[in-house]
Amino acid sequence: MTTTDKHADAAAGPRRDPSRAHAYWRANLRLVASLLAVWFAVSFGCGILLVEPLNRIEMFGFPLGFWFAQQGAIFVFVLLVFFYAAAMRRIDRRYGLDDDEREGD
Amino acid sequence: MDAQTLTYLFVAVSFALYIGIAVWSRAGSTGDFYVAGGGVHPVANGMATAADWMSAASFISMAGIIAFLGYDGAVYLMGWTGGYVLLAMLLAPYLRKFGEFTVPDFIGTRYYSNTARVVAVVSLIVISFTYVAGQMRGVGIVFSHFLGVPIDWGVAIGMLVVFFYAVLGGMKGITYTQVAQYCVLIFAYLVPAIFISLLITGVPVPQLGLGATVADGSGLAVLEKLDRTLVDLGFAPYTQGGKSTIDVFAITMALMLGTAGLPHVIVRFFTVPKVSDARRSAGWALLFIALLYTTAPAVGAFARLNFIDTVHDRAYGEVADWFHNWEDVGLIGWRDKNGDGRIQYGPGMPFEGKPEFAGEARGVDGQRMLLNAARESANEVYVDRDIMVLANPEIAMLPPWVIALVAAGSLAAALSTAAGLLLVISASVSHDLLKKTFARGLSDRQELLAARIAAASAIAIAGYLGVNPPGFVAQVVAFAFGLAAASLFPAILLGIFSLRMNREGAVAGMIAGLGFTFGYIAWFKFYAPHMNGPDAWWFGISPEGIGALGAALNFAVALTVSHFTAAPPASVVALVEDIRVPAGVSTPHMH
Repeated sequence: MTTTDKHADAAAGPRRDPSRAHAYWRANLRLVASLLAVWFAVSFGCGILLVEPLNRIEMFGFPLGFWFAQQGAIFVFVLLVFFYAAAMRRIDRRYGLDDDEREGD
Repeated sequence: MDAQTLTYLFVAVSFALYIGIAVWSRAGSTGDFYVAGGGVHPVANGMATAADWMSAASFISMAGIIAFLGYDGAVYLMGWTGGYVLLAMLLAPYLRKFGEFTVPDFIGTRYYSNTARVVAVVSLIVISFTYVAGQMRGVGIVFSHFLGVPIDWGVAIGMLVVFFYAVLGGMKGITYTQVAQYCVLIFAYLVPAIFISLLITGVPVPQLGLGATVADGSGLAVLEKLDRTLVDLGFAPYTQGGKSTIDVFAITMALMLGTAGLPHVIVRFFTVPKVSDARRSAGWALLFIALLYTTAPAVGAFARLNFIDTVHDRAYGEVADWFHNWEDVGLIGWRDKNGDGRIQYGPGMPFEGKPEFAGEARGVDGQRMLLNAARESANEVYVDRDIMVLANPEIAMLPPWVIALVAAGSLAAALSTAAGLLLVISASVSHDLLKKTFARGLSDRQELLAARIAAASAIAIAGYLGVNPPGFVAQVVAFAFGLAAASLFPAILLGIFSLRMNREGAVAGMIAGLGFTFGYIAWFKFYAPHMNGPDAWWFGISPEGIGALGAALNFAVALTVSHFTAAPPASVVALVEDIRVPAGVSTPHMH
């Protein structure tokens, strides 16, 4: 059986309800879009485009724009990815499409 | 014990550890060899990914580059971490669900085309070899700096070690050695950083130390003092950049997209058991990477401050020993232009190019004599940026075991990255070129043998490039990221997020993105290097950042072409719908 056949079988399986899969996909896209907006805002926004006005604000010994560019954005990235993993898991479960190991899944 | 003996000891012990792990985790099947049987714990995979990702350049060069670039160094810090956000949310979980061995495998299957597969293999091989040559060279340089071994011997020793665990253990061996290597490298990076942060600010956490007050009674914050000191010397302030905003934007974007599209990183997410593990594992990987990447800017700023403090306006005879040691190695050069016997440091090049010394000839103050023609600037000091991390323990007068630790750490960084790259090269040759394209009848055992032979040959080529580095290696790093951003990233992304994307669109997009990016970089780096400047750049974007434009071009061409050509077959649409849901994941070695 080729790879495409295998996946085609899985997708056409009796337990897979297409409208539920589409709702799941839309929820996924909404989550990713909002998280990527934050990703863009802290790095390209605060760290690059707005760096000069933000540098006029001093916080804990850092000009704020510089802090975002060299540390802050990275901290936010880490939080975003962990948040994404947890939030996706909730969405997976809500739509019954999670990958928890149980027979017949 | 002196630093040299300790260094031998640390390096020998760490190498024995890596080889021991390799023997313990030998690969028995192609599934083991390509993706470690798909059974790696997400946290272990996070560590392995971090070691895989952080190369000799991250470990040795990055802090030094930031030290001299100031704010502009942010392009590397954000670019090389932000890519993981894209990888975690847009690629890794879906590719894990797809459940095959390699990146070209996905592209070939999703676009039902061996042309697409071969284009992907070619970009993968170009990207990976560009990268790996630098790693082997890095191993050689570390050996020569710390152990006084000729560079070529260092490269040969590195090849031997990598040969052992990559050829024997495949992905399984590499994964568990990378976990060990991550522990070695992060410890080796943090220890001197903590010491130096304590020394300069009294704060033991470097990330906080960067914002703390300098412990010299001046009451100034580190960045404030650095800004003032640099402005006094005639430099731009540290916290303000020299690059244009659009260029910083484009470089950061190209590095992010390139990071997300680098095959040796992507393939690490094929090794975890489930889709949800791939997502969590990306979080761990980024956390482990962030530990080093948020320390680096602190190390850079401290090192710059320390360097100016200990060097500027001091008599050559009285300057600290490390200055003389690194001058002996040839990474520091001093030309007493005003003849006052004191070292003046400032903006501008002290002389033309890298230092070329007149043999062992010494000047009136004992400095090595330089052949380079002096430049018109007050600056008298040439300093290689790599010194900042390597010499930090000496500059801060740390005990010899810290120096030995830094040596072992930089070797761990270089070897782990080299092994990861060599593995994706060998997998794409034995799996994509042979098994899936030109020799379909291969049995699993034959394919495993082919993978081992491919890995051994790739190591030999990488070693050759390490011993005889093509003069352009330093200049082509931009290639690896630019090409990954402009070819692989858009093709994979569209393959997951667009049901309509077809073979014609993907191939046209990849070729357009690759061709444009390759052409732009080659033009400015090789054909017309004298024109390489903001005046000639398109939209003010440097060759380092052009991958961002290449990626945009790829997307535009792919979407346009696919709009006017036939939709993909139903089986491919079903494949895409299947990889979009995590349930029902298969383990690669099951088929």
